[in-house]
Amino acid sequence: MVGAGSASTLLSLLAAAGWLAPGTATAAAWNQTAFDAKSPDETVKALGGIAAVRSKDITFVSAPDIAENGAIVPLTVASAIPRTEAIAILVEKNATTLAAVFEIPPGTEPSIGTRIKMAQTSNVHVLVKADGKFYTAVKEIKVTLGGCG
Amino acid sequence: MAEPMKIRASLAGDGTEVRVLMSHEMETGQRKDAQGRLVPAWFIQSVTVTHAGRTVLAAQFGPAVAKNPFLAFRFKGGARGDKVAISWVDSRGDKRSDEATIA
Repeated sequence: MVGAGSASTLLSLLAAAGWLAPGTATAAAWNQTAFDAKSPDETVKALGGIAAVRSKDITFVSAPDIAENGAIVPLTVASAIPRTEAIAILVEKNATTLAAVFEIPPGTEPSIGTRIKMAQTSNVHVLVKADGKFYTAVKEIKVTLGGCG
Repeated sequence: MAEPMKIRASLAGDGTEVRVLMSHEMETGQRKDAQGRLVPAWFIQSVTVTHAGRTVLAAQFGPAVAKNPFLAFRFKGGARGDKVAISWVDSRGDKRSDEATIA
């Protein structure tokens, strides 16, 4: 007889392998490929795009020019592109390029405030998926003290 | 079990502004402890925010989201007294769910 313990072990193994979405049924599985990507171009491909087009409709609503502490870099980013479906934040020179992806359902404003870590001075890319296409905007943020060591 | 999230949900114009602070180490897997051993990666991977049975935001985090992740966003709708529920799952499979009332 298979006990509940081994069943839950199997579930957690499947979850660890990325085959099952952990948590609620609506949560998408964590995108291992996208988070393993080592450059913005690779990240766009891992998220299902081919290339991202520069857009002036993506704004860094608030972002420091110089971050004194790379462990906490506050950012607010927004997209004015119609039918924005997702917003991602990428840090070119981090070990993990992709910091976070936010899925924006209809009715939610395409504007996100969060805090990221930066290992060193780097370009920060905001990647927007809108109507199936990818757009991007870039800003350099200088880091005085790295936050990934 | 992780500490509860601090959630603030407030009416703003024709929508609801949500601000949440999650309590989590968000270890990158690159940091070394005092003995020079690598501290294994341990971070929140997915976050789901729901209102009235509908997902209003779904996020996936990598290890480069800062310790004690902060998130602020707005969605259309919501009324005073409604609940906003937030749940996360981390890379060890640990989970946390909390809710707040829109004020």
